[in-house]
Amino acid sequence: MSEHTTTAPIPTLEIKNLVVEYRTEDGIVHAVNGLDLRIEKGKTLGLVGETGAGKTTTGLAILRLVAQPPGVIVDGSIHLNGENLLMKSEKEMEKIRGKQVSMIFQDPMTSLNPVTRVEDQIAEVIELHEHLSWNESLAKARDMLELVGIPGERGVDYPHQFSGGMKQRVVIAIALACSPQLLISDEPTTALDVTIQAQVLQLMKNLREKYQMSMLMITHDLGIVVEICDLVSIMYAGRVVEHGSLEDIFNNTRHPYTEGLFNSLPNLEDRKAKLKPIKGLMPDPSNLPPGCAFCPRCDYAMEICHTDKPGKVYRTEDHFVECHLYSEQNIGEKVIGK
Amino acid sequence: MWKFIFKRVFALIPVIIGVTLIVFFIMSLSPGDPAKMILGDEASPEAVQLLRQEMGLDDPLLIQYSRYMYNAIQGDMGLSYKSKKPVTEEIWARFPNTIKLTLTAMTLAVIISLPLGIIAAVRQNSFFDGFSMLLALFGVSMPPFWFGLLLILFFSLKLGWFPSSGSESLKSIVLPSVALGFLHMASIARTTRSSMLEVIRQDYIRTARSKGLSYSSVIRKHALKNALIPTITVVGLQVGVLLGGAVIVETVFAWPGVGRLMVQSIMGRDIPMVMGCIILFATGFTIVNLIVDLLYGFIDPRIRSMYT
Repeated sequence: MSEHTTTAPIPTLEIKNLVVEYRTEDGIVHAVNGLDLRIEKGKTLGLVGETGAGKTTTGLAILRLVAQPPGVIVDGSIHLNGENLLMKSEKEMEKIRGKQVSMIFQDPMTSLNPVTRVEDQIAEVIELHEHLSWNESLAKARDMLELVGIPGERGVDYPHQFSGGMKQRVVIAIALACSPQLLISDEPTTALDVTIQAQVLQLMKNLREKYQMSMLMITHDLGIVVEICDLVSIMYAGRVVEHGSLEDIFNNTRHPYTEGLFNSLPNLEDRKAKLKPIKGLMPDPSNLPPGCAFCPRCDYAMEICHTDKPGKVYRTEDHFVECHLYSEQNIGEKVIGK
Repeated sequence: MWKFIFKRVFALIPVIIGVTLIVFFIMSLSPGDPAKMILGDEASPEAVQLLRQEMGLDDPLLIQYSRYMYNAIQGDMGLSYKSKKPVTEEIWARFPNTIKLTLTAMTLAVIISLPLGIIAAVRQNSFFDGFSMLLALFGVSMPPFWFGLLLILFFSLKLGWFPSSGSESLKSIVLPSVALGFLHMASIARTTRSSMLEVIRQDYIRTARSKGLSYSSVIRKHALKNALIPTITVVGLQVGVLLGGAVIVETVFAWPGVGRLMVQSIMGRDIPMVMGCIILFATGFTIVNLIVDLLYGFIDPRIRSMYT
């Protein structure tokens, strides 16, 4: 490990073996089960998976905002620029949140405080971290509004006077107000309609260039991934089951689950083609199967899949897959598909 | 905003007409002859009949009611059957006492219950939460007259710290306001706790946390204002009710408020006095409600925008 750190630059974010559980009265929900992530400076990683795969929990764990109780970060490490966030005190975390790491939440309709002026909600984070006076913070808040395409004088309005797309811009303005090194975007466009989605994505792309941010893009939309990400991690039942560059994931798909995700997209060339959804449902995270979590839904499941958890198999230095179908010998070729 | 206030004040008129109409008719239906009551049992039937005519008691009810309202609008609510003094005079003599008791009791209740409810919610399921909710349970389940008697027993009879009745000294307001305040403290604390619990689970609280605000400033700057609306509703309703006099507590502590005046007047079939009290309560209640509505708008811009 030590010789690794001397040669390679320190990544903005490195998560190792993260385990998060929700301990409820009805049992333990295994939301994240040994997750590994790595985002280099200025890069964007797409974290892709179905609802309930543990994507949002992962994002919240980075900020240490997993609701507690019932959530508990059981194991693992989360390093931001080489420093383990899980070892930080709550006071130290408060200095990191909003300043070094920000998060854009999924639903702009509910993410803003309904009884506080929009500019106050932006200025608050500026005053806190940049140690400016309230009036200077307000002035900067209006600049931030302009930056995301809202006239600064609208800042005196309240969230209910904004449309959904504008609210999401405000949320983005809050997240970017202190130029964070890492931006976690939790499905930033899911709650918006398609035309607004494109605008918001374009805005995020521009701002990413401007601020040289690293980004964790949580999404279930592969279209967004192509649009904005450099690397992709496919998440299933709290683990990354396949990881690689856009090229690796889209053109050298290995995992049956990833394949299934692609098959369930509408085919633009052949519009009459039927969608091929992945059969079955995500396993109950409080009762995960002993072997591969995907095997109950997998067309290629073998005996071993039901009993043993698959390990990582690397195709290239970056591209890996967790699936029993592959070994060092056959990872070069694709063994799934029609 | 002014248009809204004007509209609401205007809406007072049908409320008061409705309330007085109902009370007037009910009082007239109940047995007993006011003229006989005024003159006493010894009076001759002729004298009673004369007074009945003089008072217009033989006229149709609707005419009696119209006559009463016509005078009332001009500030004349008639004479009390019992004391023979103008009703307005008697009520105004008592009303300051009622306001004093209401304000001290509610201030006491709010000062204690707000922090209690907020801390209980923030530390849900902690010892403090359990303790304060147990206290609140006591508050809502204890009959106020019994609690009042306990207070008198302990603080007046045993310790001699406070007088057990009357309103002469500053000290005498302590026990009745504690008895009343404790009761209301309980329900305010419970309401505050539950609305706070709901608010701190909202997404915008998480957004505020993700900005790096400490938990206590998130509660102060973001949760409190949002959680306050149900609390204000409860406090407003209680103030409205208390303005009508805390009959039981006033009786236990012999507090000369409007509540006791009304009960005594009902017992004595002192119709003008009862009517006067009722009009006062109805007006007071509606005005308090108006203030509550305006406070909503002050807190929540979504409600404010509906007022204009």
